[in-house]
Amino acid sequence: MKVTIRGSGVAGLCVAAELAGRGHEVTVTDPAGGPGAQGCSWWAGGMLAPDCEGFAAEEVVIRLGRAAADWWQAQGARVIRRGTLVVALGRDRGELDHFARRTANHRWLDRAGIAEAEPQLAERFDRALWMSDEAHLDPRATLLGLRDRLAARGVRFTTEPCDGGRVVDCTGLAARAALPELRGVKGEMMVLRAPEVALTRPVRLLHPRFPLYIVPRGDGVFMLGATQIESGERTRASVRSVMELLSAAYALDPAFGEAELAEIGTDARPAFPDNLPRVTDLGGTLYVNGLFRHGFLLAPALARMAAEALEGHAKPELWHEHHA
Amino acid sequence: MPVFYGTDIASRLMLGTAQYPSPAVLAEAFRRSGAGIATVSVRREAGGGQQGQDFWSLIDSLGVTLLPNTAGCHSVREAVTTAQMARELFGTNWIKLEVIGHADTLQPDPFGLVEAARILTGEGFHVFPYCTEDLVLCDRLVTAGCQVLMPWGAPIGTGLGLNNIYGLRSLRAHFPDVPLVIDAGLGLPSQAAQAMELGFDAVLLNTAVARAGDPAAMAEAFAGAVAAGALAHGADPMPPRDMAAPSTPVLGKAFLA
Repeated sequence: MKVTIRGSGVAGLCVAAELAGRGHEVTVTDPAGGPGAQGCSWWAGGMLAPDCEGFAAEEVVIRLGRAAADWWQAQGARVIRRGTLVVALGRDRGELDHFARRTANHRWLDRAGIAEAEPQLAERFDRALWMSDEAHLDPRATLLGLRDRLAARGVRFTTEPCDGGRVVDCTGLAARAALPELRGVKGEMMVLRAPEVALTRPVRLLHPRFPLYIVPRGDGVFMLGATQIESGERTRASVRSVMELLSAAYALDPAFGEAELAEIGTDARPAFPDNLPRVTDLGGTLYVNGLFRHGFLLAPALARMAAEALEGHAKPELWHEHHA
Repeated sequence: MPVFYGTDIASRLMLGTAQYPSPAVLAEAFRRSGAGIATVSVRREAGGGQQGQDFWSLIDSLGVTLLPNTAGCHSVREAVTTAQMARELFGTNWIKLEVIGHADTLQPDPFGLVEAARILTGEGFHVFPYCTEDLVLCDRLVTAGCQVLMPWGAPIGTGLGLNNIYGLRSLRAHFPDVPLVIDAGLGLPSQAAQAMELGFDAVLLNTAVARAGDPAAMAEAFAGAVAAGALAHGADPMPPRDMAAPSTPVLGKAFLA
């Protein structure tokens, strides 16, 4: 089958990979020519953390998300499987218990356990939750790598609008005119160069007001994220947000105080009212959208659903008919 | 049922709109709570003006009265500007006025609050001040033109309940005709019931519902508690007393021992 995919963010590339893997003739069209800063997955954390996300997300996110790490690895992405550490500062210890009650697949680490996993954290924390099954990847390297591998496999990338064959729209917030329920949820993130910090796996710092996650990118580079603000604004990182993220990072490890502030990024995540992604059929065009904060975690599952829908199999789990 | 600035509200429960897992869960919590008023934060979402429009439309579609707030404002000037922005964005002159005086406890700044209330009342706003239970402060707020008072039960987000029962009871007694709303600090439905039993007109919650494992169920639980507490207050509860008093007369006992 001939399929044109609009958009080369994480959703578009995953659908392209899934369809190309099934032998279809795939073209990806994006005004920017390929993945880049125009798509919000460029700014993502890249955590494949279904267990942690289970704190606030629905069961389907956890279940579908569990397959993500294997899918990415099978696509040739560099998936780092070192789990996630979850910590809280002294007076927020209750937050950690609360988090533990609402999540599964974890075990408690004491100071010795933390020292074994992340020695630098053991000075400041004597208790952590360890989600051992979780993984992470570098979103930008992953997107660019996948694009190259797809191109090598014959997937065509173009900046021209294509109208051959079936169309799968993966344009995120740009599809708002067709998907009126879609809204933007602003996120601000930062990249720090902190050679003195030696974290090797994602760490989440629970805090009632300023929660934070830090994802190591290797070579002393760390991504700090992310705010979650009900706004479609895609630019303008506020001083307040930056201060909150940096304060939390500094509280996690004072060595971040000496870090170089390499980047401040802002974009808006596309989300539906239930914050769950959907495959929507609108007059023959399939829309894969609403991945919210779960782009790398859920795009593989959504890509499979979109492919099955195109091939005429049973309607996928997160399927939405259009009701005009 | 409470009357705020001449407007009848059909519920004694008011809900905030932050921190829910999703807008869909938020909407379900409102449906099951029957809440009559939704507070909405202008400040954090307001960068660039209309950018928060999608979320605000979702809240608007709940069909409840909107009460924009100045959450996160730490100065009089910020609070006044935010209130003006809220009036423009939401087309209402109602404003829940927060002027935070202490970054850690989020305790109101009583001095800034009175000043901001005076300015905003002068500009035609109907001010709902987030305050402490301090009698003198509340008196100044009423003098400044506030016709509703919103004392805290405990600091925002703590879930500690009513920290100063004496002060709140005293506030109720001193302001019998001013609608009083417990704002902030409630964590459990029993605490909301207690506020109603003390004769408060309404309660406003956010975290207790939004951060519950099942926000919609918790919202309904609060609605039940608020209804029970208000009914009990209207039913004139018996006074507590030190001596046991059997509800069935004890026969065959001749002495008052």
